[in-house]
Amino acid sequence: MSQEKENIAIGYRKQFTKRVLLLFALTGATIISFCVDIAVGPSTLGFTDVLKTLFSKDSMDLATQVIVWEVRMPYSIMALLVGASLSIAGCEMQTIMNNAMASPFTLGVSAAASFGAALAIIIGVSLPGVGTEWMVLANAFLFAFGATMLLQTLSSLKGAGPEGLVLFGIALVFTFNAFTGILQYMASAEALQQFIFWSLGSLTKANWESIRFLLIIIFAIVPFSLASAWKLTALRLGEDSAKSFGVNVGRLRFLSLLRVSILTAGSVSFVGTIGFIGLVGPHIAKLLVGEDHRFSLPASVLSGALIMSLASIASKAIVHGAIIPVGIVTSLIGVPVFIILIFNKRTK
Amino acid sequence: MELLEQQEVLGKTEGRPPLIESGCELIGKLEIKGLNAGYGRKTILDQLDIPPFEVGQVTVLTGPNAAGKSTLLRALAGLLEVQGSMKFNGRELVGMTARQRAGIIGFMPQHVPNDINLSVMEAVISALKASPFDAVSGRNETLHGRALDVLERIGITHLALDHLSQLSGGQRQIASLARTVVRDPKILLLDEPTSALDLKHQVKVMKLARSFALDGRIVIIVLHDLNLALRWADRVIVMDKGKIAGYGSPTESITAKTIAAVYGVQVRIINCPLGQPHMIVDDELKP
Repeated sequence: MSQEKENIAIGYRKQFTKRVLLLFALTGATIISFCVDIAVGPSTLGFTDVLKTLFSKDSMDLATQVIVWEVRMPYSIMALLVGASLSIAGCEMQTIMNNAMASPFTLGVSAAASFGAALAIIIGVSLPGVGTEWMVLANAFLFAFGATMLLQTLSSLKGAGPEGLVLFGIALVFTFNAFTGILQYMASAEALQQFIFWSLGSLTKANWESIRFLLIIIFAIVPFSLASAWKLTALRLGEDSAKSFGVNVGRLRFLSLLRVSILTAGSVSFVGTIGFIGLVGPHIAKLLVGEDHRFSLPASVLSGALIMSLASIASKAIVHGAIIPVGIVTSLIGVPVFIILIFNKRTK
Repeated sequence: MELLEQQEVLGKTEGRPPLIESGCELIGKLEIKGLNAGYGRKTILDQLDIPPFEVGQVTVLTGPNAAGKSTLLRALAGLLEVQGSMKFNGRELVGMTARQRAGIIGFMPQHVPNDINLSVMEAVISALKASPFDAVSGRNETLHGRALDVLERIGITHLALDHLSQLSGGQRQIASLARTVVRDPKILLLDEPTSALDLKHQVKVMKLARSFALDGRIVIIVLHDLNLALRWADRVIVMDKGKIAGYGSPTESITAKTIAAVYGVQVRIINCPLGQPHMIVDDELKP
């Protein structure tokens, strides 16, 4: 091998190592944020108290143990899981739709889940056999899943390219918002209040059962995303190129949307509408590690978890003694980032 | 005297640089019969028969806008649903899966996305790894070596670690060529590969196309520049309204009569002092 080629091979390997290190750094930052998230709350705990309770449960008093393990921990873990799943879902969506603005939130999946939840909360309608306590969850899941299936159906129609999907997603947002509006108009004051709280997106609904459920979804789905990393990277080079490299683009898009629908439906149904994580998470990931999906997918998982964890901290720290719904915080962070992204794209 | 000697050399090669003996057996052909292709309900190619494309030759597809050149290329690449028969060395290409086709055909699209945060090297490797590929073992060194060999042959080793989004349009086009050839396809389809290139790089890409053909490939290029076609093609197919309006060696197919009929312009084909044919466009044809 010539000296120039040897130098490039070394440079390429260095780039690889740098990205692996960045993934470790993101993991470290997420772990630190997770610990801070547990420490922050109405009753202040020291950072060392949190670590002690985490690693040696019995060394702390019962009150601290209950606060950390039963109150704060489910909340903080849920933040990580929801952030991770929405972010990787956003990353895949942006690639398969060839649109940097695509995310479960912007394509109507969250709006559909909201409508499902509104049906349960306001009218009390759900699938037969579903208990009252599971109605909101079941409906949100069902509608989020249904919306993505509609997106899927469109993607399989002849001639529906990525642009068609985005337009259809926007149409879904407006349609489901209109339906939800009708239900809200008809709702009693109590039901309306309950629904609005749900739709703001809050981690306070988290419990160990929902965590277990979401964890299973993530562990079942994410390996398939990672296994498609090369195909997704090839798709970034253009649909025609990917096809000529042997990628069955239609199948890739179908399976990817299926993963996105399950991840989004799982997250939204447990915590309500959380906006912009699916948009901002992947953008930060790509900024750090580029668009080689072997790195951008895991980096999206980590950056989504980190941002959501930071948002969770902010939701508890902004107003002392109160927990603002985390969906409001993510929207407050997300909207300016969204605008910056649009302006950057225009400048380019 | 020197000019005469040059003319003598060029005369033997129909005005092209002398062909380099590649040592490959240049046998094989692509036969197209009764090809139907289009977009939705709009038929562009209707029962098209084309004389066989031969291994070792560069064929240029040319013609006015909407003549069906790119449609034909996309049909060959498997990017459009087609009816009819496309056989490479007796093997039917119609109905093949994308993965099977990727082992035979390489397609370089006309438009290359410009906002990709991938290095040239990463993009070439992703072309190799996108679907299973027999010629490359799973070892990273083999893959990297292969990618680097292709970049070296195309002359862009120095760009290997640069991001595609930072390259000029021309550099991106050449990087796209690297991705197209890295899987070692037997049929190379290039859709206007010189459209974003300066003169030097146009010549470079056409020379590369010739050398890829001489390695034992069929090279089919869509080109608008007829002087490039006259200079570098072995065969030229002039298309018009989905049909073949001219076929043969460059000077047989690019004639003043054919060009007038197809493009509606008045041209002259003249030979330069070195014997190389050139086309000069004089005017539009008066109705």
